[in-house]
Amino acid sequence: MTTLTRQTLSHLDWLEAEAIHIMREVAGQCERPVLLFSGGKDSICMLRIAEKAFRPGKFPFPLMHIDTGHNYREVVEFRDKRAAELGERLIVRSVEDSMKRGTVVLKHEGESRNKHQSVTLLEAIAEFEFDACIGGARRDEEKARAKERIMSFRDEFGQWDPKNQRPELWNLYNARAHKGENIRAFPISNWTEMDVWQYIERENLELPSIYFAHQRDVVLRGGAIFPVNVPLAGGEIINIPKPGEEIVNMRVRFRTVGDITCTAPVPSDADSVDKIVLETATTTITERGATRLDDQTSDASMEQRKKEGYF
Amino acid sequence: MNAPTNQHDNGLLRFMTCGSVDDGKSTLIGRLLFDTKTILEDTLTQIARTSQKRGMDAVDLSLLTDGLQAEREQGITIDVAYRYFSTGTRKYIIADAPGHEQYTRNMVTAASTANLAIILMDARKGMLTQTRRHSFLAQLVGIPHIVVAVNKMDLVNYDQTAFEKIRAEYLAFATEIGLQREGRDIRFIPMSALNGDMIVERGDAMPWHTGPTLLEILESAPAAHTEKAENFRFPVQFVCRPQDSTNPELHDFRGFMGRVESGEIAIGDAVTVLPSGRTSTIKAIRLGEEKLQRAIHEQSVTLLLEDEIDISRGDMIVKSSEAREPLKQLDAMLCWLSETPLSPARAYVIRHTTRESKAKIGAIEYRVDVNTLERHAAQNLNMNDIAKVSFRLAQPLCADNYAENRATGAFIVIDESTNNTVGAGMVI
Repeated sequence: MTTLTRQTLSHLDWLEAEAIHIMREVAGQCERPVLLFSGGKDSICMLRIAEKAFRPGKFPFPLMHIDTGHNYREVVEFRDKRAAELGERLIVRSVEDSMKRGTVVLKHEGESRNKHQSVTLLEAIAEFEFDACIGGARRDEEKARAKERIMSFRDEFGQWDPKNQRPELWNLYNARAHKGENIRAFPISNWTEMDVWQYIERENLELPSIYFAHQRDVVLRGGAIFPVNVPLAGGEIINIPKPGEEIVNMRVRFRTVGDITCTAPVPSDADSVDKIVLETATTTITERGATRLDDQTSDASMEQRKKEGYF
Repeated sequence: MNAPTNQHDNGLLRFMTCGSVDDGKSTLIGRLLFDTKTILEDTLTQIARTSQKRGMDAVDLSLLTDGLQAEREQGITIDVAYRYFSTGTRKYIIADAPGHEQYTRNMVTAASTANLAIILMDARKGMLTQTRRHSFLAQLVGIPHIVVAVNKMDLVNYDQTAFEKIRAEYLAFATEIGLQREGRDIRFIPMSALNGDMIVERGDAMPWHTGPTLLEILESAPAAHTEKAENFRFPVQFVCRPQDSTNPELHDFRGFMGRVESGEIAIGDAVTVLPSGRTSTIKAIRLGEEKLQRAIHEQSVTLLLEDEIDISRGDMIVKSSEAREPLKQLDAMLCWLSETPLSPARAYVIRHTTRESKAKIGAIEYRVDVNTLERHAAQNLNMNDIAKVSFRLAQPLCADNYAENRATGAFIVIDESTNNTVGAGMVI
């Protein structure tokens, strides 16, 4: 006896169900996966999805953060607190250690460490023999990501070859890889920034404080709002303003959170999730548009970084 | 199940666009994104700048779907791109596939997850070979809703007779290939993507068209799985056995995790596990820590059974009244995706739901020419070829007919030497 079910899932339920399915496929197909957790909003959603996918069991993978050493104190503290609450193992590998090993060499002292995360990530993959990294990248973020597979194959150098991707049909994912090769899996590929905020609202997820409107010292640099005099967890202060730059104390929030040297906040009064949902619905600027200084170098900078092993 | 987030949430629709840049496909997508206010100011500024640089008078909306560096350099689309927009009541995922013949595999890829296809035609040109090809592929991959969009009406002075002529021509073709016979819903719409007529706004150039606009069709298209009765199919992805000795409640916990591919299930239902044939009853349904009474198609849940039976990844839980004999060989329509031709002598791996089996080609019955739809004999298959093929399987698979169930009738073929996905199959 077959049944006709007219009922259908709401769009958030559907996106959640798809993401759970993808995470379980990684766990089912791969020997040693890892979930990349930065303390940012997308990876916070990923942890909730992992709970829905695997509880009451433990996650079948550890969490890992590649720390540039230039992350906001609030986010790093949140990262550690959240992992402890979940009772899951958190691995942190740092770009500074790669610099000490000599595998990351900065062009000059002030160069952003953001793109060098790729090196540290590949070193961690080799160290733990991870065969899959689960990440919170979304296709709506950037045009190079719009064409990446949900299960994206990387060769032994971590490189993405956009012209030679595995066809991906139905929901039949192929996460096979030979030893040394790697799969990057993106369970929330089909989510938009709006979906993420609606999900955070619905699931009542806690976030690091810098996602909400707060007062901050900034300067205007190259058309972006650039945060200055930011204290790191160790007490060091970075993003020192250049001589002649005028410091303004502004009410801002972060739409994306990453390396302090290349993530800019936006002016905002939204100090709660529902206000952010409203603001997201009416904004005129894309998520990475005014906020990711690393994407603005050229039309293809994300594509270029991904080819070199970036997430 | 979670309560719907908002009363008017009409779920999510996945659709694809078929056509070439010449048909105005990129302009159409750009128009949909633009008129639903998905495109933000900075993106618009960026494409306005590029349009100007290329010497165009107006903002070229087709630039919005420009993808990779390699594509921009060559001025072509080489891969499926996914775009998103929302109307507030429904979320949309567009699979944008390049239309050229050598990209048949991309069209099949885009079609595999689509519930609706927009087939674009140029009002000046009418039916072309590619229209036939796109329609055939949409039919092959089982897309239930087809929208034939007759674009560039502005270039034929919005002439109704031109539109009616194309409609009649297409309907004759649809009858010929059996598009309608299978109960497919075919709609026609005259439009100008360039000027925005009949896409989101009606415009006033075609008062003679009283049917819905494109967006109205999209908003009212039935969601997947809601149009016909379906069997319950639950491929097991992962088995959860928490090793927590401190919590007695979890001592005997054995959760079977997966996604309801079709149909629905409730506590108390009698189920059979395939291929073993063992039976039990649903004891509990969970979504994380939350306890549910029932689960429906596309929901990812955890099932608990009354009896302790051996179940692992790759097994399928079905309702006992809907069980089916596992297959040791199968017939399928196969689309070859790889630059390395299919070798009938070799063994491949078939992945069907969460199960894998070694497989050998029994015979290639015929190959279909996607342009003429003629059948030819074939000894091997090259990239973009579509053929009727039989397989012999090392392990039994619990497959349904693709026409009845797109999730459990589909499989991919993997080449173990490269681990590449080399074929896409649909069971017949």
